[in-house]
Amino acid sequence: MHGRPRKSVTPVDEHASALKAAKIRSLQTEFLQNHHNNIYTKEALEINAKLLEINPEFMTAWNYRKLAFEHNISSQSEAEKADSDHLKSIIDEELRVVENALRKNFKSYGAWHHRVWVVSKGNSSTERELKLLNMFQKQDTRNFHAWNYRRFIAGLKNISDENELQFTTDMINDNFSNYSAWHNRSVLLTQLLEKKAEGFFPKEKFLTEEYEFVRNAVFTDPDDQSGWFYHLWLLDQTVKVDMPIMVSSWPPCGSEINLPIANKVTFPVVLYFNEFVKGITSNTVLIQINDDEFKDIAWSPLSMNKFGSGQAWVTHLTIPHEDLNSSKTYEVKIRSEDSREITSLSGVSCSRIWSFSFRVSVCHDVHPDEGFERIMFKDENFSTIGKSLNKVQLLKSYFELTKSDDEQPASSNWKSEIIASEIAQYRELLTWADCKIGKRTLARLLMAHDAMTHVDEVLQLYSELMKLDPPHYQYYKDEHSLVLLKQVTSCMESLPKYCWQYKKSTSSNITESICLRLNSLSLSRIGRFERLLWVQSIDLSNNQLHSIEGLEALQLLTSLNLSHNKLSSFTALDPLRFLKSLKVLNVSHNEIGSHSVDTRRYLCSSPMSHTVSYDPKFEEFANGDAKLVNFWEAYSVFGGLDLVQLDIVGNDGVDERFVSFLVKLLPGLKWLDGEELH
Amino acid sequence: MAAEKQSSMAETESYPPIDPTNFDLIVVGTGLPESIIAAAASTSGKTVLHLDPNPFYGSHYSSLSLQDLTSLLQSNSENPKPNLPQSDDTTTLDINPRPIYSDVEIASYDGSVEEHSRKFNLDLAGPRVLFCADLSVDLLLKSTANQYVEFKNIDASYVGDANGNLTNVPDSKSAVFKDKTLKYSEKNQLNSFFKLVQGHLEAVKSVGLDVAVDDGKIISEEDLESPFVVFLDKMKLPPKIKSIILYAIAMVDHDQDTGESCKNILKTKDGIDRLALYHSSVGRFPNALGALIYPFYGQGELPQAFCRRAAVKGCLYVLRMPVISLLMNKDSGNYKGVKLVSGQELTSNKLVMEPSLTIAKFPSESVQSVSNKLARGICIANTSLKPDISNCLVIYPPRSLYPDQATSIRVLQLGSNLAVCPSGMFVFYISVVCDNAIEGKKALHAAIDGLFTSNDQSDSEEMKPTLLWSALYIQDLIEGSVVGPVFTMPTPDGNLNYNDLLDETAKVFKKMYPEEEFFPEISNTDSSDKLEDDSEAVLDS
Repeated sequence: MHGRPRKSVTPVDEHASALKAAKIRSLQTEFLQNHHNNIYTKEALEINAKLLEINPEFMTAWNYRKLAFEHNISSQSEAEKADSDHLKSIIDEELRVVENALRKNFKSYGAWHHRVWVVSKGNSSTERELKLLNMFQKQDTRNFHAWNYRRFIAGLKNISDENELQFTTDMINDNFSNYSAWHNRSVLLTQLLEKKAEGFFPKEKFLTEEYEFVRNAVFTDPDDQSGWFYHLWLLDQTVKVDMPIMVSSWPPCGSEINLPIANKVTFPVVLYFNEFVKGITSNTVLIQINDDEFKDIAWSPLSMNKFGSGQAWVTHLTIPHEDLNSSKTYEVKIRSEDSREITSLSGVSCSRIWSFSFRVSVCHDVHPDEGFERIMFKDENFSTIGKSLNKVQLLKSYFELTKSDDEQPASSNWKSEIIASEIAQYRELLTWADCKIGKRTLARLLMAHDAMTHVDEVLQLYSELMKLDPPHYQYYKDEHSLVLLKQVTSCMESLPKYCWQYKKSTSSNITESICLRLNSLSLSRIGRFERLLWVQSIDLSNNQLHSIEGLEALQLLTSLNLSHNKLSSFTALDPLRFLKSLKVLNVSHNEIGSHSVDTRRYLCSSPMSHTVSYDPKFEEFANGDAKLVNFWEAYSVFGGLDLVQLDIVGNDGVDERFVSFLVKLLPGLKWLDGEELH
Repeated sequence: MAAEKQSSMAETESYPPIDPTNFDLIVVGTGLPESIIAAAASTSGKTVLHLDPNPFYGSHYSSLSLQDLTSLLQSNSENPKPNLPQSDDTTTLDINPRPIYSDVEIASYDGSVEEHSRKFNLDLAGPRVLFCADLSVDLLLKSTANQYVEFKNIDASYVGDANGNLTNVPDSKSAVFKDKTLKYSEKNQLNSFFKLVQGHLEAVKSVGLDVAVDDGKIISEEDLESPFVVFLDKMKLPPKIKSIILYAIAMVDHDQDTGESCKNILKTKDGIDRLALYHSSVGRFPNALGALIYPFYGQGELPQAFCRRAAVKGCLYVLRMPVISLLMNKDSGNYKGVKLVSGQELTSNKLVMEPSLTIAKFPSESVQSVSNKLARGICIANTSLKPDISNCLVIYPPRSLYPDQATSIRVLQLGSNLAVCPSGMFVFYISVVCDNAIEGKKALHAAIDGLFTSNDQSDSEEMKPTLLWSALYIQDLIEGSVVGPVFTMPTPDGNLNYNDLLDETAKVFKKMYPEEEFFPEISNTDSSDKLEDDSEAVLDS
């Protein structure tokens, strides 16, 4: 159980354990012999049972028992088959062996699994199982194996969720420092909520009661984290929108975009959702251009995960503009056709119908692309857009047309009431208890309540947390960054301050556009992409970014400055693969190649779990050059890009060999690390 | 009636002769301290004779039927018969009983109570409970006397007020969590204080008080010596929480808030010890939920258990055998033995006596002083204070019932599932420390008014039990004393548990037999396992 001090080993113990080892070894030899020869006699099973009693962790021994069980059932004589007691005795024997093993170690995975397996065969008394459980759960109320098994038995016995909920209440009342009980409570409540069971729908009443219940735990002992965890879950239940919602798009609803006349007038359409969704197809999303329905549109998720889902989805729409000499405006309508097919990862469908429209003017290009000059991301090369009224106007149009994710359906009234009362409670708690998780919770509550009015307080809380809890510095830093970005992107008062115009604007489309400069803000993560779908040029230099996940949603991006950050591998640059318009990239002065082991690999994509399977073209490209084999990752990131300007100097992993590899890989490259290529 | 029966028996029955006539120790009276001494001495291999003038075990610690209790209180409160003409013979000193009960008021409001007289096991020295981690439980386990008693836990404890409200005592982390009356901030304050004390105790335990540096976890020496109430103030605990800690957990008797003038101020270190006792009691036994337990059939079972223990070890028992005088050595003038009512003379090296016996012409310094008084009440009512709760403790802290209530009043309610009364009735023990009978009675009546409705106005107040029978009495508090080899044990004290009495008893034993261990540990190597098993057996599941 918990809190038992470890005793040091005495010579007597050592002798005893040597004897025990010898005994186990001989039993094991005998058992394995039986196993190999498929001997399932009573004697053989007894040897196995003895072995398991001593060592319940021996999975092979449990598997042998399963084989023996199957064998003995199938080889029953006719008389035995007719006799129901015979089957019962076999099952009882299995349960007895498991019980003995559990007595030895009631946290043995093998034993609990075997029990589930046997009981699933039917013919055993669930009543007895419940009794056994009560015994185990009394001995150790926090044994999660027993809690797991309890869920299994409750399902088998059809014990109502309400009854099981009461059981968790009783256990929590006895000792609320019990993660398993709180966890089971959240599992049961999720089920009851889904079923919309009586007393649990609408959910505000029960949520209020749960907040009060857990508040007792948190206030009684703020240092005990079990209650806090449940509180986090409750807050999620409170703020979460019940279904996926389309929160923003490019082009925005009601906007007008200009496209130059060309052989092919193509532009990206991006749908951005509040969570990961699947099922965006030409069947579920309907596109009309000037009232003509567009069929066979291929949507693809902008995401590296392998479930075919994404928060952002993109398609490249081609306007059927045939007359190359005249301008024309097209009306494009996009709406959800059968939105029930659009589902979140947990299977909830987007039952609300949505639609938006925008206009596309196809006209003569006002800024024909004539040659390319190197773009320098220096302060003196930029001017604020403050003076340029039409730029502000343009920005405003993107801004106001972008749907706000804070707009939520009707029920938000009680939500904000609940959250406001929680905020008041936890503010009070923090006046006398200086606890980390309390600050963290308050920050979450404030963000959930009304992010913009509380933003300074939240930033302050995260700053305090970074000092208070150094082991989790990076986490708080990331949260701090996201809140800061939310502040920057939230309104027309703040955003223009970060929007700049490239002064040396000559003729290029790249330089003509607004550059969002979020440099030197000490950001460690970026987010709020739903607000930034319009961005074509972004400067994120001199931050502390270690990841650019989510950046792939910015499909218009042509120019990206990531210099002087903490990106530590090519894997971290993976989102770039989706940015097909990208021309200018600066990843200089990062930490690519500095770390021999890329720890982030284990968190996100890696060659082992890579979404894109190993590209056979790389073999072709490398052409047997052993030196290039190591550049597999870089190939997968840069291979599909059409970069004109790249800065990559100042990374440990970049050497001459790599530079020559890049030159070969990117034939369109004109500038590399400030030098013009021929 | 019982007294009459006793005397008639004395006339008709001849007293049996006792053989042998010489013992290491003679013990007179079978109260708990005397019985423990008898058991401990027998365990150490002494020859012990244990006598009691009464026909029952337990003396002032016994549990009696309603009738026996009534007659005992009445006979023990009367002034004893005038002494027999005293001889000038210096070799015998008369032993006279002295009444320790006074101001006995017995009232019956319902005849049905007397009808069931024999179904009651009423404690003379109630209210009293055992804390699961206290000395008495340890001693029961150590002496193995636990095999003769079974316990049940007290389901709840409450703090009461003048308006008849009973609020749960949030005495542990989970009780604080469950409590419905505390504000969230109070929950935090109370549990933080529990944690502070626990942290202190753990730190002291691991490094020792001298070594432990002040790192915030240790309560400073200065604070430990200060009054507990001052320390609680320093911790900024609000009055409500303070009162719960002082009176309902640390079980302090006297008002701690009257400043300089108040007596019996509890020091912080003692307060912390009491808190520690309470908390280590919660959950000591898996089948006892709270901190407190009570023996089936009443507290009188405890002295009997030790007597049985003593008997197993060879102690000789004779009840209904008064001792009339001490025999003194003619030359030295020292104690030699006792003379029984039967006329038989017995000798022993040492003598232990219960407190309601006095020895005439004993050296003056030995005169046992009445140090204080206790008001005790036994009430019988028809229902429980709280539905669903059979056994519970109620504390009325100082000033909670009336403005000049100087001490806390404790009430213990017991139901028939402890086999102390017939089903459908509940027994309530009340006690309060007092300076005089008037003050004590006032407190008892205040508590009774708060707890019960009287018969005639039963429906005017909701849910309160109706009082059927009551016995109120004042008990003298007499400390133990010693003259040479003659030891007199103390009377039952005003505490809720036996800790002080057992401390005193152990000290007496040490003085009597400095070379002997007070119940030596059993030398069996399995003893620790065995005790663990036994400790569960002590308690009823």
